[in-house]
Amino acid sequence: MSTPVLLFVTGLGLGALYFLLAAGLSLTYGLMRVLNFAHGVFLTIGAYTAWMIATHVGGSEWVRFGLALGGSLLVGAVAAAAVELSLIRPLYRRHVEQILITVGLALALTALTQGAFGADPRPYPSPGWMDRVTVLAGADIPNSRLAAIAAAALVLAALAGFLRFTRWGTIVRAGVENREMVSALGIDVQRAFTLVFALGGVAAALGGALAASYFGNIDPQRGGDVLIFAFIVVVIGGLGSITGSAVAAAVVGVMQQFANYYFGVWWGFSAAGDLAVVALLAIVLLVRPQGLAGTAPA
Amino acid sequence: MSTPLLDVAGLHVHFGQSHVLQGVSFEVPAGGVTALLGRNGAGKTTTLRAILGLVPRRGRVTLGGADISAEATHRIVRRGVGYVPEDREVFAELTVAENLRLAERDPRPRYELVHRLFPMLRERAGQRAGTLSGGQQQMVALARALINDNRILLVDEPTKGLAPKVVGEVVDLLQQAAGGATMLLVEQNLAVARRLARTAVVLDQGRIAFAGTIEALIEEPTLARRYLGVHA
Repeated sequence: MSTPVLLFVTGLGLGALYFLLAAGLSLTYGLMRVLNFAHGVFLTIGAYTAWMIATHVGGSEWVRFGLALGGSLLVGAVAAAAVELSLIRPLYRRHVEQILITVGLALALTALTQGAFGADPRPYPSPGWMDRVTVLAGADIPNSRLAAIAAAALVLAALAGFLRFTRWGTIVRAGVENREMVSALGIDVQRAFTLVFALGGVAAALGGALAASYFGNIDPQRGGDVLIFAFIVVVIGGLGSITGSAVAAAVVGVMQQFANYYFGVWWGFSAAGDLAVVALLAIVLLVRPQGLAGTAPA
Repeated sequence: MSTPLLDVAGLHVHFGQSHVLQGVSFEVPAGGVTALLGRNGAGKTTTLRAILGLVPRRGRVTLGGADISAEATHRIVRRGVGYVPEDREVFAELTVAENLRLAERDPRPRYELVHRLFPMLRERAGQRAGTLSGGQQQMVALARALINDNRILLVDEPTKGLAPKVVGEVVDLLQQAAGGATMLLVEQNLAVARRLARTAVVLDQGRIAFAGTIEALIEEPTLARRYLGVHA
């Protein structure tokens, strides 16, 4: 019994990391129709910022962890807003150029990170609690997984509250439907774009800091690796739907863990999780192309 | 004629190879309704969208003497322009109340007026706008424009696609809403335009074919037949 519980919870933990990256992707595409291939870089920036703070600042391990988390969120927000203002804004409605520039930015910043910090993973000094386990239904669950799940749940609740109860949230929801009409009501929709980008950067950077604890290290390639699954999550969940992304992230993460484990044990095929996720994507695209929570085009 | 509130001069719009507006010039006097008429595809909706900066355009547009030709849409609207688009374009996933809240610009939004004209909007405040009927959605679209004390309303085919009974209702409401306000009204239905407007501008293939009083237009049956496809 303990193995399925362990696989389920660690799958949710992995899904939590996917969700933290997918939330920003979904909003930026839903509102701005921008496919940001550099979004994974915000996760990498968050991870390296957290690592730099955690390894250079004094104090107790929780103080360092808190400062690392806060610093990474701030840097993630600033980096994302800077990318939107300098590179994305001049290229609205020019989708091919957007893809080229965001792919280029992702490659350049990953290379820059490798140049500055080396290509090999570096160990991340998490608080001791993160490396210990909590026993749930007989399974030893690493606390870093529980922390990722809790953080993703908090981000989901915060984003849902922001979208539902604030004026800017209403503007974003309206913009996802019809941004031209939002402008025609006298609202500067560009400011909403920057805000959404910054929020996406915050969530991704949080994902980076938590992924460092989850994997026990930081890696220049991690943003790109997680981004692929975050894109799949966004498509399965439905573009522009945060709740859809959350459900899809959980399904993808859990499915990946189960497939990796059982295909590995039975047939020695331990990379079956990726294949299972791609198969799920194909099925969703065939059966419900708008995704779980997306709206079918009229 | 009094000083124009809105002055459109030499407006050109291209969509790819198509030259949709070819130097459109007209004035909208302050107070009262000006009807913008023409057959399908004459460029009426494009003219409204060009005034608002929703499509790339060339030419000069002034509002109350201020040149708004190069301004972004939201800045033009903040100068006191209310817009009721063709096909309503309410935010379907938002509630009626959220649709109205989004439109608020004035420190004291005119909910009293809006709820007096459209009591239904108070009753259905929590309902998703996408679930309303066409006529009810039109009321939301009109209310969004009326909730602020705008200097001019740009209203695009408010009766399009509505049942005949609802058309009468919407026209009555427009008549009340117009009051002393300035309105540029795009309308296919000459009878509706005749009921609401004092002046008329007729577009034909992206050019102005007529500008004058609505009576003068109606007194020229050949004009109505040729440019509107109706017998006045």
